Amino acid sequence: MPLSHVAFLILSAVALISGGLVVTRRNPVRAALWLIVALFSVAGIYLLVKAEFLFAVQIILYVGGIMVLFLFVLMLVNVNVSVRQAPFNRQWRVALATALLLLAELAYGFWRGAAPRLKALAPVAAPSHPLGNTQAVGMALYQNYLLPVELVSLLLLVAMVGAVIMAKRRFD
Amino acid sequence: MLQTYGPLLIFAAIAAIFPLATLWAAKFLRPRFTPTGDKTIPYECGIAPESDARGRYTVRYYVVALLFVIFDVETIFLFPWAVQFRALGLFGLVEMLVFLGILAIGYVWLWKRGAFEWV
Repeated sequence: MPLSHVAFLILSAVALISGGLVVTRRNPVRAALWLIVALFSVAGIYLLVKAEFLFAVQIILYVGGIMVLFLFVLMLVNVNVSVRQAPFNRQWRVALATALLLLAELAYGFWRGAAPRLKALAPVAAPSHPLGNTQAVGMALYQNYLLPVELVSLLLLVAMVGAVIMAKRRFD
Repeated sequence: MLQTYGPLLIFAAIAAIFPLATLWAAKFLRPRFTPTGDKTIPYECGIAPESDARGRYTVRYYVVALLFVIFDVETIFLFPWAVQFRALGLFGLVEMLVFLGILAIGYVWLWKRGAFEWV
């Protein structure tokens, strides 16, 4: 078995186990810390399929930015109260049925689509670009998708104003 | 693959081992006794802690965190532009200046509004 397959198996196992721990922890701070482990291992999988830019985004944005936001929001609620509450609400049966349905759908799609090609032992990797992943993303973003990129800055502007207006109203 | 990311893997391994090894080594150096009384209280720069750290915090932290995420996203967009700076040329530079200009409007607004002030 090639080394990249071993790395993939380890990373996906860590991602699945830590993902399971995220939803079962009663203490939300601990759940958030397990989420960091899950996000890191998914970042490793991105690196394995040669998506270096996505790897960097995952660590800088998700592990760095979004996790800080999660932990700060957790600090706004009273963690001690949520520790004593039941970790799952009464709709868990409906949620389980929906999740199983989704799993069946994914398994069917995999069986019909990807499995025959996996049997032919074609190594799965992102199409290699002569430039490299980040450079290719740069060329695509700033040459082909000019307007969407500029719209992103408008979206960020709206988020900025919205965040301040929403929070400021409380203590002005 | 391994040639490129081998050093990164070694770095990650050292980062994981170092704190564990330090804690393990400290076990042999420190005197053995169970702390009692004031020694079990979390150390807070010498001041006696007022309450549990798991209480509610002020909503101002939320604004700080959200603004951090927004400027973090802005930084992400700078990376792919920076690595292709020469290939994109003047067109790319103007494009990025427009991108940053729109966000600068927001930045000035935040400043005027006093979002960076704590009080």
